Amino acid sequence: MSNRVYIAGAGIISAIGNNITENLAALESGQAGMGEMKYLLSAHRGKIPVAEVKMDNAGLAALSGLPSHYSRTALLSAIAAKEALTNAAIPDFSTLRSGFISANTVGGMDKTENFFADFLAGPDKGRLRNVVHHECGAATEIVADLLGIKHHISTISTACSSSANAIFFGARLIRQGVLDVVVAGGTDALTKFTLNGFNTLMILDNRYCQPFDENRRGLNLGEGAGYIVMASERVAQTLPSAPYCTLSGYCNANDAYHQTASSPDGTGSYLAMKGALEKSGLSTGEIDYINLHGTGTQNNDIAEGTAIKLLFEGKYPPMSSTKSFTGHTLGASGGIEAVYSVLSIRHGLIYPNLRFETPMKELPFTPETTFKKDAAICNVLSNSFGFGGNCSSLVFSKV
Amino acid sequence: MADLKKQIIAQLNLKDLKPEDIGDDQPLFVEGLGLDSIDALELIVLLQQEYKIKLANAEEGQSVFRSVRTMAQYITDHQGKSTA
Amino acid sequence: MYIRAAAGISPQSSFEQILADPVPVTGSRLQCMEPDYAKLIDPKMIRRMSRIIKMGVAAAIQCLEEAGERMPDAIIAGTAYGCLGDTEVFLQKMVENDEQLLTPTAFIQSTHNTVAAQIALLLKCHSYNNTFVHRGFSFENAMTDALSLLKDGQMKTVLAGGIDEITDTSHTILKRFGLYKKEPFPAGNIFQTGSKGTIAGEGASFFVLQSEASGNDYAQLTGMDTFYKPASGEEIRQHISAFLERQNINREDIDLVISGENGDMKNDAVYDMVYQTVLSGIAHIPFKHLSGEYPTASAFALWLAANILKAGKLPGGIQTKKTPVTVLIYNHYQHIYHSLYLLAAC
Repeated sequence: MSNRVYIAGAGIISAIGNNITENLAALESGQAGMGEMKYLLSAHRGKIPVAEVKMDNAGLAALSGLPSHYSRTALLSAIAAKEALTNAAIPDFSTLRSGFISANTVGGMDKTENFFADFLAGPDKGRLRNVVHHECGAATEIVADLLGIKHHISTISTACSSSANAIFFGARLIRQGVLDVVVAGGTDALTKFTLNGFNTLMILDNRYCQPFDENRRGLNLGEGAGYIVMASERVAQTLPSAPYCTLSGYCNANDAYHQTASSPDGTGSYLAMKGALEKSGLSTGEIDYINLHGTGTQNNDIAEGTAIKLLFEGKYPPMSSTKSFTGHTLGASGGIEAVYSVLSIRHGLIYPNLRFETPMKELPFTPETTFKKDAAICNVLSNSFGFGGNCSSLVFSKV
Repeated sequence: MADLKKQIIAQLNLKDLKPEDIGDDQPLFVEGLGLDSIDALELIVLLQQEYKIKLANAEEGQSVFRSVRTMAQYITDHQGKSTA
Repeated sequence: MYIRAAAGISPQSSFEQILADPVPVTGSRLQCMEPDYAKLIDPKMIRRMSRIIKMGVAAAIQCLEEAGERMPDAIIAGTAYGCLGDTEVFLQKMVENDEQLLTPTAFIQSTHNTVAAQIALLLKCHSYNNTFVHRGFSFENAMTDALSLLKDGQMKTVLAGGIDEITDTSHTILKRFGLYKKEPFPAGNIFQTGSKGTIAGEGASFFVLQSEASGNDYAQLTGMDTFYKPASGEEIRQHISAFLERQNINREDIDLVISGENGDMKNDAVYDMVYQTVLSGIAHIPFKHLSGEYPTASAFALWLAANILKAGKLPGGIQTKKTPVTVLIYNHYQHIYHSLYLLAAC
C-alpha cells in the first residue's frame, strides 16, 4: 500500500458563497465579495471595504447547528467542515482514526473585543460567555465535537500560512499511518482587532484590491473557512466516487528576514515553493496553475513574484490570486485556496485575477484575467505566506 | 529637536539611548540607528499624535524620517497645514 | 527520540534550586523568575519584545547553546494563549481610542507565531517553523509534530517548546471563571487543602530533540500519547494501560511517575484514582506546586523529568528503590486534555 494522501472532499464558506456551488458560480461570473462593512461594527465602516460572509451570526448559527452566541470563527468553521465531510462521504467514518486540524489566527476575538470594552469599565464587568472561547483552540474543539472527531485535534496558528500548515501536518499524520482521515484547513472571522491591526500597518486598500498590479495599494481583509478531507490510500479505495486529487508536495520554510515584511527577493517563498516541488517530484514545467498568495500589498507581491521569476525561469504557468474575490482571509486563506486548487484539478478551472490592469514592471509575467474551463490541469501549486516569515506551499496532483 | 528625540525614544522604546546619543543628521534607519519599517509606522503615528500631521502614505516616510533634522523640518513645514 | 538539551524559564530559577529549596507558593499565582535577557538576546530585538516573547526566545537560545546546536532543522512552539500582554495592549488602545491613532508594534507581536518566528529571525533559520495553539494540547501537538518530522528521517534536530504567560488581566478573568483558589492555604502546600481551585502558573520550556543518541543526552523520550475528554475513569485506565502495553513496559518497571495534581479537589481525584488502580505501588511526585497550573504546564513536567533522569536526583526528599531510570509523566488539563510521556535514562 502506498503512503499517498488523497483528497476525498472539500468544503468552503467565503465572501463569495456559503458552499462550493456558490463559490464556483461567483468565480465563473467574476463576482467579487468585497463591499461596505455590514456585519462588523467598526469605526472604519464606509472607509475600508472588507469581504464579509453575507450572513449574520444568527443565520450562520442556523446553518451550522451551533448556538448563535458562539464566535463567528467557530460558526464559519462548522459550516465549511461539515460540507467537507458530507462531500467526502467516507463510508464508516466513525470507525476510522480521524483528525481535525484547523487553523485560525483570531480565535474568539470577535467576542473578546466586545467583552474587553465592558471589562475596561471594571474587573467584574463583561459577560464571561463572551470570553470563554477566546483561545484559538476553542473553535477547533467546538467543531471537532460537532463532527464527532476525537482521535486527534489540533490548532495551528502561523499567521497567513496557518491553514497550509494544518494541511501539511495532517498529510504527514496520514502518511505515517497515525490517522486514516483528516479534515484540515482553517477559519477566521473578521474582527475589529485584525482590521485595526492591519490598518496600523498601512497595508489596507481603501478600494478593491489589485493583486500583482503595478499600481496595487494593499489588501482587503476577508473572512471564511475552507477545509479539505484527506484520506489514506486504504480509505480512498472505499470512497463512493473518485477522489479529487492527491496532495503530492508540501513545504514549510521561514523567510527569517523581518517580523512582518518579506525579504525583497522572497527567500522564504522561494524555499517553500522549491521544497514543495521537490517533495512532489515535479519539475516547474509540470505545474499547470499557481494559486498565488497574492495579497495585493507592495511587499508580498514583489517578494512572491520575484521568487516565482527565479524558480520558474522564463516558463510561467497560468496564475492568479483568488484574494481578488475573497479578500485576505488570513488563517483561513490556505484552506480556502486549497479548496479552489482541488476544484481546479477536478473541473479543469483557472480562476481570474480580478481588476488586474498594469503589469508589474519588475516581473516578466502577468496573472490570468479570465475564467477558463476545461483546461488540462494536472498539478496546482498553492502558496500561503505570512507574518513571522512563515511561508508554506502545497502541490495538488491529479490521480 | 531635543524634544523630538525624547518622543522618538519613548515611542520606539529605545531604552538604552539618551536624546544626546542621536545625532541631528544621523540616519535613523538601517546603517544609522537601525530602525525598520515598523518603526516608520510608529513614527507616522507620533507625528499624528504630537503634531497633528498626517502622512499620506508609508512611502512618504522614507524621506521624512531620514534623520531627526529632516523630521523636524517636515514638522515645521507642515504644522497647522494638515487637512487630516 | 532523544532529549539532547532542555531549558526552562519557570517560577523556579533552576533544577538545582528545586532540589535544594524550591520557591514556595503563597498567593494564587506563581510568576517566572526571569533571567537577564540582555545576555541572551540581541538588544536591538529586545526593545519590542513583551515578556512572553523574551521568555520563549531566551529559553530556546539557552537550550540551543546547551546542545551546541546553531541551526535546528525545525522550530516548533506550543502556546494556548499566545502573546496575551500585547493582545491586551492593542485591545485596550483600540477601545479607548475608538479605533484611531493605533500603533502597529503591539498588534504585530500579538500574533501567536511570534515566539517561533522571533527565534527563526534571531538564528536566521530558514527551515520548518510551526506554532500550535490548541489549549491543553498545544505542547503535545508541538511534540507530535517534532516526533513526526524526526520519524520522516530528513531532519535530525528539532527545537520544540511550550510557552504561556499569565498577565494581570488574564489572571483576573480566569479567576472569575473560578479556576484559582479563593481561600488561603498553608504556605507551600496546595495539595491538602480539600478545596476548589488551583494556582496560576506560567513558563517557557524548550527542548532540543534528536533522532540519534549523542552520548550526552538528558534522556530518551520513548513514547508519548494524548487522549481527549475521556468519558469515565475506566476509559482513563484503559488509555494508560494500552499506552504502557504499546511501550512494552510493566508497571513495576516504572521508577517514578510525575503527575499533574494542582490542588483542586476534582482535578486531583483523577490522579488518586490512577494511583489506586493502574499505577498503584509506584513512587510519584507532583510538579504543579513548582510551576503552577497552565495549559502548557506539561512542558515544565518534561523539563523536570529530563533533569531528574540526567542528574539521577529527586526533588522533595522522595526516595525510590533505585536511581530512577524509567519515568512516566501523566498530566491532564481541566480533565479534557490528558497526556502521557515515557522517558528512559540514557
